[in-house]
Amino acid sequence: MQRKKECVAMLLAGGQGSRLYALTNNIAKPAVAFGGKYRIIDFPLSNCINSGIDTVGVLTQYEPLELNEYIGNGQPWDLDRAFGGVHILSPYQAKKKSSWFEGTANAIYQNMHFMKKYNPEYVLILSGDHIYKMDYAAMLKAHKATGADCTIAAIEVPMKEASRFGILNTNEDGSIYQFEEKPKQPKSNLASMGIYIFTASKLFKYLDEDEANPNSSKDFGKDVLPAMLNAGEKMFSYRFSGYWKDVGTISSLWESNMDLLGEDPAFDVGDADWKIHSRNPLAPPEYIGDEAVVDNSLVSLGCEIEGTVKNSVLSSNVVVEKGAEVIDSVIMAGAVIKAGAKVTYSIIDENTVVEAGAVVGEDRNTASGIAVLGRNITIAAGVKVAAGQILDKDYKGE
Amino acid sequence: MANSAVGVIFSNVHDENIPELSRHRTMASIPYGGRYRLIDFMLSNFVNSGITTVGIVTKYNYQSLIDHLGSGKDWDLARKDGGIILLPPYSDETDAPYTNRLEALKGITGFLNHRNEEYVVISDCDGIARVDVADIVRFHEEKGADITMVYHAEEGPVASNYYITLTPGEDGRIKGVKINPRIKGNAKNDVYINIMVINREFLIDIIQDAVTRGLSSFGKDILAKNVDTLKIYGYAFGGYYAGINSLQKYYKHSMELLNKDVRDELFGARDIYTKVRDSAPSKYIDGAVVKDSLISDGCVIEGTVENCILFRGVKIGKGSRIKNSIIMQDSIIGSNVELNCVITDKNVVVRDRHHLSGCEELPYFIAKGRMI
Repeated sequence: MQRKKECVAMLLAGGQGSRLYALTNNIAKPAVAFGGKYRIIDFPLSNCINSGIDTVGVLTQYEPLELNEYIGNGQPWDLDRAFGGVHILSPYQAKKKSSWFEGTANAIYQNMHFMKKYNPEYVLILSGDHIYKMDYAAMLKAHKATGADCTIAAIEVPMKEASRFGILNTNEDGSIYQFEEKPKQPKSNLASMGIYIFTASKLFKYLDEDEANPNSSKDFGKDVLPAMLNAGEKMFSYRFSGYWKDVGTISSLWESNMDLLGEDPAFDVGDADWKIHSRNPLAPPEYIGDEAVVDNSLVSLGCEIEGTVKNSVLSSNVVVEKGAEVIDSVIMAGAVIKAGAKVTYSIIDENTVVEAGAVVGEDRNTASGIAVLGRNITIAAGVKVAAGQILDKDYKGE
Repeated sequence: MANSAVGVIFSNVHDENIPELSRHRTMASIPYGGRYRLIDFMLSNFVNSGITTVGIVTKYNYQSLIDHLGSGKDWDLARKDGGIILLPPYSDETDAPYTNRLEALKGITGFLNHRNEEYVVISDCDGIARVDVADIVRFHEEKGADITMVYHAEEGPVASNYYITLTPGEDGRIKGVKINPRIKGNAKNDVYINIMVINREFLIDIIQDAVTRGLSSFGKDILAKNVDTLKIYGYAFGGYYAGINSLQKYYKHSMELLNKDVRDELFGARDIYTKVRDSAPSKYIDGAVVKDSLISDGCVIEGTVENCILFRGVKIGKGSRIKNSIIMQDSIIGSNVELNCVITDKNVVVRDRHHLSGCEELPYFIAKGRMI
């Protein structure tokens, strides 16, 4: 008997994330650190394994090295399988032609052989840009129940933001009669989350057709979904009402980190019923010193805190020396805030050093923006980095 | 060099020293340092020295140990050749499970015969130290020793029920081996820290010989009696060593981890591996006060924590003041609780408004799963 998988997931992780500026100079957006010990891609990967989907193709293109290394053989997500598991799918050279992925649909098209190997009945398409917990198994159940050819996960967004999204116009039973990509005058506020379940045979058919169409931009939202709808295929929306956040900009990345804080957080990463799996840092417990103040914050393993940390999220092995202050900030792994330095309303990337007495960012209530320091740089002692400034090189002042 | 050695860890030896914590588990699986088990330190020493085959001798109570070790992948010891090999007691209708170390070794001769490494490094789990095993094997080779015993200088009486002191000569050759000698006052002794290197073939010979002659004690019958004829060398270990041989010592040495120098030595230069649990980062709620403490992942702190070690997944409620205490995995401390010098085992619940206090010499111990 031929072995098969009922549902194969394809995770689009090629995005450059150019609106994250210095944070994605050398890494793909899904590899950006989030919530102390996680990376953005941990969320869709954990959702997959928690939903019982154990075959995931991760499509990479932009700066894939760190992402590849992070995913490795998939063991941290229990995705190291003899049949199935997680696989990195990079653009490759083929006999007839070789090309980069041209659009989301083309990326999936180029990896058709990967999906077909598992002979799936359904294909789940995901993106690596969002923080959310979602049971894809429930969505698949709905897809089967409606007998749809394509089911699109959808969430209500504020009407004034609706024109930034792909908007679904639906009938009462949830079936979609119109799909509008970033409409100027949206008719509804039901936004596509970029999460699709296709009946596999339909997906393969429409990908083939899209590829043959010279006028197509080879994008799911712009080309494939409208083509299916025009051809009268059965398309349904699947409503999701939980936490869902695009972390594609500096401010949304910062906000989403802050959403983890507090007694009753907007998004709970410590949910025992829906564990977020990740590649764990090898580090001892964090040490909180004699004079330290740690208030309303998340602190990860290996941190050494002697100063003050408030309303902040710290990744592993961060050092906050005596007299240093970290307020309203996101500090990534291995960063060092030296004695007396002050970091406010900032995002600091991995292994960056803020020397003694330096001041980074300004009070959140008056600042013009979030200060961002890229990885592996040094901010010289005593200098000031203004609010909203983005640095990716060593900085000794003006 | 170190891949010419295979490791053997005894998981149950010295259990009787610390009955409070070993009642439901092996010495090897006693929780330590916030997110570790005692065995993690020696396993990591092996891995960091390039030893990738480690036999783990068990006797009883080893469910928690098996659960902890899993396939060995968290120590990078899930290997096709070698890796972690569990060695449960071997007994047939004529033999009861082993009662001493020689019988235990006899039970693993199959394992020893199947390996082809030249040396065996035998260790117990009662010590916390960052030991460079590769360097000890190198020393053993250079000396052309039959047996190399690792020791450290210890002041005053040794708390353990069973211990060995050594008399090293100038070249490192051991001239005397004493079992449980009486130690007066604050005299300094060279105390064996239960790590030895021995030639594998030679070890198999010793075991065979001991079985035919009905010997029962490795310490008395092999080491002490043959100190003049065997080439036994002593390797002086000068680093930080914490012998966990009573609840008091467990408490004292655990608290030493709050000292930066101790942490740097144990965790600084090399990784200590342990089972991964995928807990979230610890959450400090508005109003939490934490001073001079080690906090593991998955904790939620709303109260005051001073001079403490919190294991993974511990919750400290509002208005509670926890001082000088060790709170193990998944224990829940309610609100307005006061604890001082308390050790809670795993999954303990202390309900609201309870006050409990021990002292440094006699920490108040709450057994696994108890609700107070």
